[in-house]
Amino acid sequence: MSGRIHKAAPPHTGSTAYINARIVDPTGDGEYRGAMLISDGKIADFGPNLFASGAPYGIQSVDCRGLYLAPGLVDTRVHTGEPGEEHKETLESAGSAAAVGGITSLVLLPDNEPPFDDASLIEFVARRARLIKLVNMYAYGALTVGLEGKELAEIGLLAEAGAVAFTDADHSIGNAQVMRRALYYAKAFNALIVHLPQEPTLSGGHMTGGEMATRLGLSGNPPLAEVMMVERDIRLAEMTGGRLHLAKISTAESVVAIAAAKARGLKITCDTAAPYFALNDLAVGDYRTFGKLVPPLRAEKDRVAVVEGLKDGVIDAIVSDHRPQDQDSKRVPFAQALPGGVGLETLLPISLELVHNGHLTLPRLFQRLSSTPAALFGLPGGRLAKGAPADLVVFDADFAWKIDRTDLWSKTKNTPFDERPVQGRVMATIVGGRTIYSDDGFMATAEAA
Amino acid sequence: MGLPRLPHLLGIEGLTPETISGLLDLSENYIDQNRSIDKRRDLLSGRTVINLFFENSTRTRTSFEVAARRLGADVINMDVATSSVRKGETLLDTAMTLNAMRPDAIVVRHGESGAVNLLAQKVNCAVINGGDGQHEHPTQALLDALTIRRRRGGLQGLLVAICGDIMHSRVARSNIHLLQIMGARVRVVGPPTLMPTDIEKMGVEVHYSMKTGLKDVDIVMMLRLQTERMQGSFVPSISEYFHFFGLDHEKLKFAKPDALIMHPGPMNRGVEIDSEVADDLDRSVIHEQVEMGVAVRMACLEALIGGRRNALVGAVA
Repeated sequence: MSGRIHKAAPPHTGSTAYINARIVDPTGDGEYRGAMLISDGKIADFGPNLFASGAPYGIQSVDCRGLYLAPGLVDTRVHTGEPGEEHKETLESAGSAAAVGGITSLVLLPDNEPPFDDASLIEFVARRARLIKLVNMYAYGALTVGLEGKELAEIGLLAEAGAVAFTDADHSIGNAQVMRRALYYAKAFNALIVHLPQEPTLSGGHMTGGEMATRLGLSGNPPLAEVMMVERDIRLAEMTGGRLHLAKISTAESVVAIAAAKARGLKITCDTAAPYFALNDLAVGDYRTFGKLVPPLRAEKDRVAVVEGLKDGVIDAIVSDHRPQDQDSKRVPFAQALPGGVGLETLLPISLELVHNGHLTLPRLFQRLSSTPAALFGLPGGRLAKGAPADLVVFDADFAWKIDRTDLWSKTKNTPFDERPVQGRVMATIVGGRTIYSDDGFMATAEAA
Repeated sequence: MGLPRLPHLLGIEGLTPETISGLLDLSENYIDQNRSIDKRRDLLSGRTVINLFFENSTRTRTSFEVAARRLGADVINMDVATSSVRKGETLLDTAMTLNAMRPDAIVVRHGESGAVNLLAQKVNCAVINGGDGQHEHPTQALLDALTIRRRRGGLQGLLVAICGDIMHSRVARSNIHLLQIMGARVRVVGPPTLMPTDIEKMGVEVHYSMKTGLKDVDIVMMLRLQTERMQGSFVPSISEYFHFFGLDHEKLKFAKPDALIMHPGPMNRGVEIDSEVADDLDRSVIHEQVEMGVAVRMACLEALIGGRRNALVGAVA
C-alpha cells in the first residue's frame, strides 16, 4: 500500500470542486461523468453539467482524471479491540484501516470487554472518535445484559446516549421469549434490532457440516441452523411489528425464506458479509484458521445463492464483519482458533468483484455498501444529496493488485483473502470534506491539477 | 533456512498406491527381524526420534518407541502431563523448542484435528502423525493393511465393513482412504448419530444395520466407542448399543464364513465387541495387528529418516 493517512487535516472550510469524475449516485441518476462541489464539509452541488464548461475559477479544484467518485462506504458490522483487547485493534488503527478501505462511517459491535450494555460505553466511543478525527464512528448497544441473551439491556437509555441499533453481536438469542420481548420493547424507541440467526444448540461446531468437515475430522454445524432461526425471527417480527435486521446471511435456504417474507410485505431487512459471497468452505481446507468465521464459510451452492440474493435485492446490505485476531488466537489447532477475519481494507475490492463479474451495476453495489445501510441505521452519510455530509470515496475500479496481509493497516493481519488478486483500489477517502486518506499516485495528480 | 524440509507422514489421503505398497513391502522385511532373537539394527544409529503425545496412549507410543529402538535410534518420550504445555505454552512454541534440539523425526499425537499438520509447518524434521483428533491415524491404517495383505494376499477387490463410532474415528477415516486407494470396497456400519455428515461422498456405502452391513464382507473392522469425545447423547445406552451394533457370533454369521475380525484397540469388551469373538483364534487378528504395528512403524521411520527415503518422496507434504 502506498498511501497516506491525513489525521491532521483541518476541518473543511470554503469550497472544493471535484472535476472530471465518474459519479456513482446509488439513490439518484446512477453513473455519469460530472463534477461535485463541496462547501464547508457538505455536498453543495453535483451533476453531469456542473463545471461542464471548465474548472471553476478561484476555488480549490481536484482533478479526478476519470476516477469514480461515490458516497463513502457505511460498514455496519465492525469489531475492534478497544476497549478490552487493544493489542488486537484500537479505534484509531481501525479508523485508519477503514479510511484506507474507503469506509467513511462504521458501526461498532458491542461485544467488547466490557460489553456496550451501559450508556457510558456508547459515550466513550463517541468521545474517542472525535479525538481520532478519522472516519465517523457509531456504536451498537447490547440487546441483552452482558450479551447473555437473558435480560434486556437498557435499550432506551442506550439509544438516548447515541446507540444506533441493538444487537448481541455474534451471540444468537436462542430463547424465543427473550427475542419476542426485545422486538416488542424496541418498538417504543423505533429501535432497529440486528440479529445473527444461528440456532445455538446446532452451532457448536467449527465449520460447516459436510464432506469437507468429515474429511478434516472437524465437527460441523448443519447449515440449517441458520434458516431455522431466520424463520423463527420472521414469525416473531411479524407478530410484534418490531424492526428486525438479520445479519450475515450465508445459506441458500435463508435467502429463500427472507425473500418469501419480503414478498408477504414484512419490513425485514438483512445483510451479508464479504466472505459469504466471495469464499466457500474450501477456504478452510488444510486447516486455514484465517477462514474460520461465524457463521462458518458455506458450500459453493450457498455462496452462489448469496450472490443471487444481492442481485435480487433480497439481501439489502454488505458488511465487512471486521474482527481482528492476533497470532495467539489463530496459530493454534483449528478447533481452538478464535473465529473472525479483518475486512475493512478489503471490503471494496472484494465487493467490486460483483460488478466485474456482471452481477451488480456500480450504483446497485453502492446501495448495498453505502446508501441502504445508512438509511437503515439512520446515519447521515452514505448518499449523494445537496446538504449531505461530504463523505466520499474516490476509487479506480480497474486497478489490479494482490491482497497481501503484511500490507494491511489493521493491527492484526487475519484476512481470509490473503494473496487474492483483486481489481479496484481506493484513491482517496473524504469525510466531511476532509481528505483523510489518499493514495500517493492520486495525491500527485490532484496536486498537479 | 536450516535443514531442507523433509517429507512427513501426515495422513493417508493423497498417497499413491505405489507409496502404500512400498511402505508395506518395507514393513515385511521387519516382521522376521522382530521375531528373531537379535531384534536390533543400527540403521538409525545416531538419529533422534521424539514421541510427542498430547493424548494418553500406551499402545501407540510403545509401538513407536519399540520400532525406533529396534532401528538403533535414540528415543525421547515427551510426557505432556509434566511438560510446559500444561503451563500454557502453545503447540507451536513446543514444536519450535523441540525443533531447536534437532531431532530427526517427531511422532505426534494430538486431540485436535489438524494439529499435526500445523506442527509440521514449523519444524525442519520429519513429522509422523500418530493420530490427530478425528482426522487421520495413518500408521494404524498401514498396519491394518499389512495384516490383511498377509492373510488375504492383497487388498484389491476385498469388501471391508468398518463398524461402530465412525464419527469420532480417525482410524476409520485413514482406513477409508487407504482401502479405497488400494482397490478395496468399504462399507461403514453404525447408528446414524455416529455417522459423519456426507460420509458417502468419500465413496463408502452406509449401513445402519449390522445384518445388511456385514453381508458377504471379507473383513470386519470394529471401532472403539469413543465416549470421551462425545458431548451429549449419541446412543441411548451401552446395552442398546451392544444389542444392535456390538459384534458377537450371531452378527458375525452375516459376514463371509472366513471373514477376519479386526480392532485397533483398546477394546471395550461387551460394548462394541463380545469377548468370545475378540478371543476367537480362528477369526480374530487383533494381536497380529499389534505385531504388524511395530513393523509398519519401523518401515515409516526408515522411509522418512533412514537411508531409503524414496518410498515417501512425493508423498504428503
